[in-house]
Amino acid sequence: MTSTTDSAPALSTDHSRAVADGAHTHGTGGTPQGSRAERITSFDPDVIGIPTGREEEWRFSPVAKLAPLFETGLSSAGVRTTVVEAPEVQVTIVGRDDERLGRAGVPGDRTAVTAWTSVEEATVVSIPAQAVASDVTSVRVEGIDMTPSASHLLVHAGALSESVVVLDHLGSANLTETVEVVVEDGAHLTLVSVQDWASDAVHASSHRIRLGRDAKVKHIVVTFGGDVVRVTPDAEFAGEGGEVEMIGLYFADAGQHQEHRLFVDHAVPNCTSRVTYKGALQGAGAHTVWVGDVLIRAEAEGTDTYELNRNLVLSDGARADSVPNLEIETGIIEGAGHASATGRFDDEQLFYLQARGIPEADARRLVVRGFFAELIQEIGVPSVEERLLESIELELSKSMSVIEGGVAPA
Amino acid sequence: MSTLEIRDLHVSVETKEGPKPILRGVDLTIDSGRTHAIMGPNGSGKSTLAYSLAGHPKYQVTSGSVSLDGADVLAMSVDERARAGMFLAMQYPVEVPGVSVSNFLRTAKTAIDGEAPALRTWIKDVKVAMEGLRMDSSFAERSVNEGFSGGEKKRHEILQMELLKPKMAILDETDSGLDVDALRIVSEGVNRVRSTGDVGVLLITHYTRILRYITPDFVHVFVDGRIAEEGGPELADRLESEGYDRYLTGATA
Repeated sequence: MTSTTDSAPALSTDHSRAVADGAHTHGTGGTPQGSRAERITSFDPDVIGIPTGREEEWRFSPVAKLAPLFETGLSSAGVRTTVVEAPEVQVTIVGRDDERLGRAGVPGDRTAVTAWTSVEEATVVSIPAQAVASDVTSVRVEGIDMTPSASHLLVHAGALSESVVVLDHLGSANLTETVEVVVEDGAHLTLVSVQDWASDAVHASSHRIRLGRDAKVKHIVVTFGGDVVRVTPDAEFAGEGGEVEMIGLYFADAGQHQEHRLFVDHAVPNCTSRVTYKGALQGAGAHTVWVGDVLIRAEAEGTDTYELNRNLVLSDGARADSVPNLEIETGIIEGAGHASATGRFDDEQLFYLQARGIPEADARRLVVRGFFAELIQEIGVPSVEERLLESIELELSKSMSVIEGGVAPA
Repeated sequence: MSTLEIRDLHVSVETKEGPKPILRGVDLTIDSGRTHAIMGPNGSGKSTLAYSLAGHPKYQVTSGSVSLDGADVLAMSVDERARAGMFLAMQYPVEVPGVSVSNFLRTAKTAIDGEAPALRTWIKDVKVAMEGLRMDSSFAERSVNEGFSGGEKKRHEILQMELLKPKMAILDETDSGLDVDALRIVSEGVNRVRSTGDVGVLLITHYTRILRYITPDFVHVFVDGRIAEEGGPELADRLESEGYDRYLTGATA
């Protein structure tokens, strides 16, 4: 575990050559956790009770703020969902008993199970088999008011289809959300989820991704706005040859809590996963949490996995928690590794840039921009890349007074 | 015509045991159009001089003065020094992930000149300078120093020197770790800048090898934080045959 507050020195772990040694975890506090496979999952809210905050999966979270979303029977009135789909893509609203729902994974925490039991309807974005979407499909979830609400989105990518779906969250809301992603054999899907909520929003989101044989998913999570945002993407492989790339970017300002908990379940042979999450934090009380669980089950021979989390702490009073967990139950794998590093600005980078005439504030901006740009370039959807670069600029201009760290203006 | 004047410069570095003096009274005057080689054994303070002039926060100037055309360099921040015309080609340039070479060069040029360079001439200038240093055009899109070989890093430093057109260029062991071909390419780049007659060069090196390609006007031997001997290019030849032993014996006796 890497946990950095104001004055802690940069810590890092790198186990890029981790070998099959059974459970391989880092942890310095909290409740000891057995295998991730033992985590209780259920569609029944009686099975997954209301958390106290001491549970492993809640120990970093501000549970008091999330408490309204722990209730069952939540409304659907707090948010409005609008979809603008590519011409090849079909969008329908279905009842909760639609047989397509509930096929990807099982709720693994309280907000996931309350989201599941509360919704009466779900939005289904369906990409027909073999269709190649000619445009991005945009799903907009807009907060209307703070009524505790639940929503359900299913993205169903038919066999051999190719598509890009961008999910946007904005406005003020108190929302627990399910994003189910079913990717059939040979399909390619890029799914981007942007959390750019208003400053009072509280949002829990369970992303459950199921990959068929030779399916390829690029899953991108971008969190900028909101009071509390907790996204828990799970990916499970249902057939061999699947590939998932999970990218995350987050930028927490003063008082914001941004939590990303990932679980990649390698249950079948010859699948690949890559997880890369990067965050920046600035301002008092900015708190980010990244937990990356990867489980390579005994039957998942030929697995290739690597997960990385990097945090850039830009000012005093911000806290980044980073917990990579890698469990390996077979030695017959291609590779498995993880790395986590949390640090402040690299003084030598700043010196180098300043020694070329670039003023300190601009140098800092350049470093942060570069920190994220590296990852944004991996997304591969130009319209999304441009938008995110603009959002980063906006975040930077908002927070520059803090990033400049009290340096007197020239 | 510019002049860099270093007078009785004393510099300490902070250590766990307290400040440790490294430079003990350096006097040096460099005029544009002139090249001064600073030679000396490891640990004599050569790199400390380079980084102190550039303003690295690790080094504390305890006394003395440095002025560039009369302006007090020591009172300036790191970036102000660069904008005043100082340039340091670093021995170990750092990586800046996600920042492309072309973006970095343009940002630096804009900062130094106080205005963005005219696009068409700038692109041409970069292209010509890169060709001169045998740098592939794909280089411009790579992240600054990331994954660069030792030779690529040094060529990138000289590329910046050519494009930023400083008044005073300090080259800190630019020759270290270069094979002969890379050394020749880098030296050609330095000589192109020198031939304009507009830049003063402080060439810091441990070895005489680079002086076969870049002929200095003056050679200073640095021992124990100060200049122990000065002369013309012939002093370098003498060092080549005799080494630094003579000075070290003197210093420890």
